[in-house]
Amino acid sequence: MTAPPGSLLAAENLHKSYGPTVALDGAEFSIHPGEVVAVMGPSGSGKSTLLHCLAGIVPPDSGSITYAGRELAGMSDAERSALRRSEFGFVFQFGQLVPELTCVENVALPLRLNGRPRKQAERAALTWMERLEVDDLKDKRPGEVSGGQGQRVAVARALVTGPRVVFADEPTGALDSLNGERVMELLTDAARSTNAAVVLVTHEARVAAYSDREIVVRDGRSRDMERAI
Amino acid sequence: MSIGHTLLGLLESGPRHGYDLKRAFDEKFGHDRPLHYGQVYSTMSRLLKHGLVEVDGIEAGGGPERKRYAITDAGITDVERWLATPEKPEEYLQSTLYTKVVLALLTHRDAADILDVQRAEHLRSMRILTDRKRKGDLADQLICDHALFHLEADLRWLELTAARLDKLREAVAR
Repeated sequence: MTAPPGSLLAAENLHKSYGPTVALDGAEFSIHPGEVVAVMGPSGSGKSTLLHCLAGIVPPDSGSITYAGRELAGMSDAERSALRRSEFGFVFQFGQLVPELTCVENVALPLRLNGRPRKQAERAALTWMERLEVDDLKDKRPGEVSGGQGQRVAVARALVTGPRVVFADEPTGALDSLNGERVMELLTDAARSTNAAVVLVTHEARVAAYSDREIVVRDGRSRDMERAI
Repeated sequence: MSIGHTLLGLLESGPRHGYDLKRAFDEKFGHDRPLHYGQVYSTMSRLLKHGLVEVDGIEAGGGPERKRYAITDAGITDVERWLATPEKPEEYLQSTLYTKVVLALLTHRDAADILDVQRAEHLRSMRILTDRKRKGDLADQLICDHALFHLEADLRWLELTAARLDKLREAVAR
């Protein structure tokens, strides 16, 4: 398979092993701007490894990943870090907020790391917090807010830099159904309105139902279900 | 769903014409399947015959005469009894999906592929429901959630079966 025309992020024939364990065995992936793609599959199928490779967090053993026409493998570590800081956003299941910082400081953090002055960064952060309906929590610390609220703060932080790709790994895994659904609504609405692509790793069908299409990973191989039917 | 009981229940708040009953039913419970006028009138004549409703008045107009129906005491008791009787849960023991998977294994076809394609079809329905839920009111959300939970249960079964295909293959070969 070659990357579909117009794709923002694409992976071909990815292989990755951890010691004797094969995590990816020829996986493929592609996503367009503004698209939400669910990556599904049983535990241990290689979903998270695929996400980590796509985001340039771990290098694959072989295969190619292109972002906006550039090979990730051809970039220096510093370039990949810069990419993750400014073009990519991340939402994980747990423990992503810095406990010592207030919620608004947490959301502003990626902008501060990119050198934005504090006031400016916090103003932008607050705009996103309003959008995620958590602006009233700005002065609270993560330990003082509920799981659902904390996850919305984390989504605001993932979006604050205006990323072109948001990587979400089981973003509602620790939430009850109602909170999980609200987070998914807000995340996908916000991403679509900014034309960001969302790579959504989930094993929950109700969460995957917020995507535009899904790929299924099994035994390290991926299957694009839209092409399969 | 028992249309008769539902129409009776709608009459409890006050007498209505057949047309109003149809409209109330469609609005609250019809969703994608509105009642036919024929269904409403045949149901009302059955309820009349059993003494569960009575004709409260007839409006003569230019068109066909319009009957106004009212619920009787016997009708109220009937609705009460229906509401208090639990619905028998579906047993789901005659599953086409199960049959397809076993047949695929028996005939050495790719059962995993059948499960993958079915998952995609289920997810397609779930996307439509999720979208409708996002745009709908609370009633829409509740009815879509009901459907979504059932589809999700099917999907969980699909995943579990996919994980057990090797064992199932051995079992059906015996």
